[in-house]
Amino acid sequence: MIEWANAVMQGVLLGGLYALFAAGLSLIFGVMRLVNIAHGDLIILAAYLGLTTTVMLGVHPFLALLVVMPVMAGIGYALQRGVLNHTLGPDILPPLLVTFGLSVIIQNALLETYTADPRKLAGGAVETASLDLGGIAVGVLPLLTFGIAVAVIAGLQFVFYRTGLGRGFRAVSDNQDIAQLMGLNKAHVFGMAMALALAVVAIAGVLLGMRTSFDPAIGGGRLIFGFEAVIIGGLGNLWGTLAGGVILGVAQTLGAKIDPGFQILAGHIAFLVVLAIRPNGLFPRVEH
Amino acid sequence: MPEPLLTLSGLDAHYGDFQALYGLDLEIAQGEVVAMIGANGAGKTTLMRSISGLLRNRSDAVVYRGQPIGALRADQVAGLGIALVPEGRQLFPSLSVEENLAIGGRVGRKGPWSLKSVYGLFPILEERRAQASTSLSGGQQQMVAIGRALMANPDLILFDEISLGLAPVVIRQIYDALPGIVGEGMTAVIVEQDIQRALAISARMFCLMEGRIALSGKTSDVTHAEITAAYFGVDA
Repeated sequence: MIEWANAVMQGVLLGGLYALFAAGLSLIFGVMRLVNIAHGDLIILAAYLGLTTTVMLGVHPFLALLVVMPVMAGIGYALQRGVLNHTLGPDILPPLLVTFGLSVIIQNALLETYTADPRKLAGGAVETASLDLGGIAVGVLPLLTFGIAVAVIAGLQFVFYRTGLGRGFRAVSDNQDIAQLMGLNKAHVFGMAMALALAVVAIAGVLLGMRTSFDPAIGGGRLIFGFEAVIIGGLGNLWGTLAGGVILGVAQTLGAKIDPGFQILAGHIAFLVVLAIRPNGLFPRVEH
Repeated sequence: MPEPLLTLSGLDAHYGDFQALYGLDLEIAQGEVVAMIGANGAGKTTLMRSISGLLRNRSDAVVYRGQPIGALRADQVAGLGIALVPEGRQLFPSLSVEENLAIGGRVGRKGPWSLKSVYGLFPILEERRAQASTSLSGGQQQMVAIGRALMANPDLILFDEISLGLAPVVIRQIYDALPGIVGEGMTAVIVEQDIQRALAISARMFCLMEGRIALSGKTSDVTHAEITAAYFGVDA
């Protein structure tokens, strides 16, 4: 019994990481209806930037975030203004094709720069530390990851609903033309949204890199997990995205409990079941 | 004559292969209230979109305060002091009433209009400030749309079909509020289906037909027969 409770606990905490994968995707789709196929590869790019920063500066990965977050945000803004804004329009195909191409480019650039060897961020003692919660051993790093995920989503929620920047995001999402009439330059607003999304991606990438080893080819898998968390939770609902991540994580760890080879498949099955029963996800945003 | 606030010269507009406006020439002086009338499809909304920058044009086709603005983006035009109350209200459904008004003020121009003065003009909006904008009645939504445009403290305000789809009593309320708006020395262009109402509030009018100006002049000078001819393209 306790083993199953343990699996659920580990799954919930894993869900925090998946929610971090998904939050950026959700934000970008919500503001500009852009499906970013390169999202997973950007997470891996952030992990490698974290690696370079920790090695060059000799700092802990958490401190490296002070470098990786602004760099990723800057990349996001430049990418949006320089490339992705030109793909947005009534047709949804161009952004899909361009971000798919971007995915290939990032993977190969990482391969050229860092080789295909699996790497890992050295987190030190925090990686192996654990707490005993009534017979269930909980890793400090997964717990920290989950806490960060909750904080990030609360922060995004605050930005979206309590700040002028978020008001701009919502206005542009509602009606691009009328938002322009309010003096909002949508190219800039989209750039800011992508910058914010990639700042979250930076956190996700560094936490991923501390948790497991990574190589340039694993971005696609992270993209799928992120997508599944967004869809399970319901599009446009950030707290739903956290719930989606948790459901996906629990399904995976329970699947692994049944049979280690069953882990990833169990997650996909949970996703398909939700999609079949509630095509809009469990907590879709209420349209006024 | 002093330099006009807004000058259109040879303004064309296209939607793909379809040409909606043909070489429009027009001058609007500071402080004027001008009515624009015309049948459906005459190009009224297209003209509004062209002035406000939602449709880009040749730079010198639209000149505002001596500055060519035809090629500017809508957000740049808004910053210069031109506001549009769009046809069909088009409030932001994700934003509350107060947020809709606040976002209108984000261009940050100085002037008499603020949340306080908009609530003074339309007190009902203050009661509804925290509600979703889409939960309001059509007339109240129109008040938000007007308030949102005023929040930018524009020098030139464009009203596109502000009475469309509203009950007569609500239309009267809104038109009763208009003198308080344009009385502040604001320049206004009013697009209206109800010709009598448009002529009653304006000093000058012009009539669009199939993308061209078919008639223009002082409101007091034009006759019914002239308007009918310009509006329908046939003599009455």
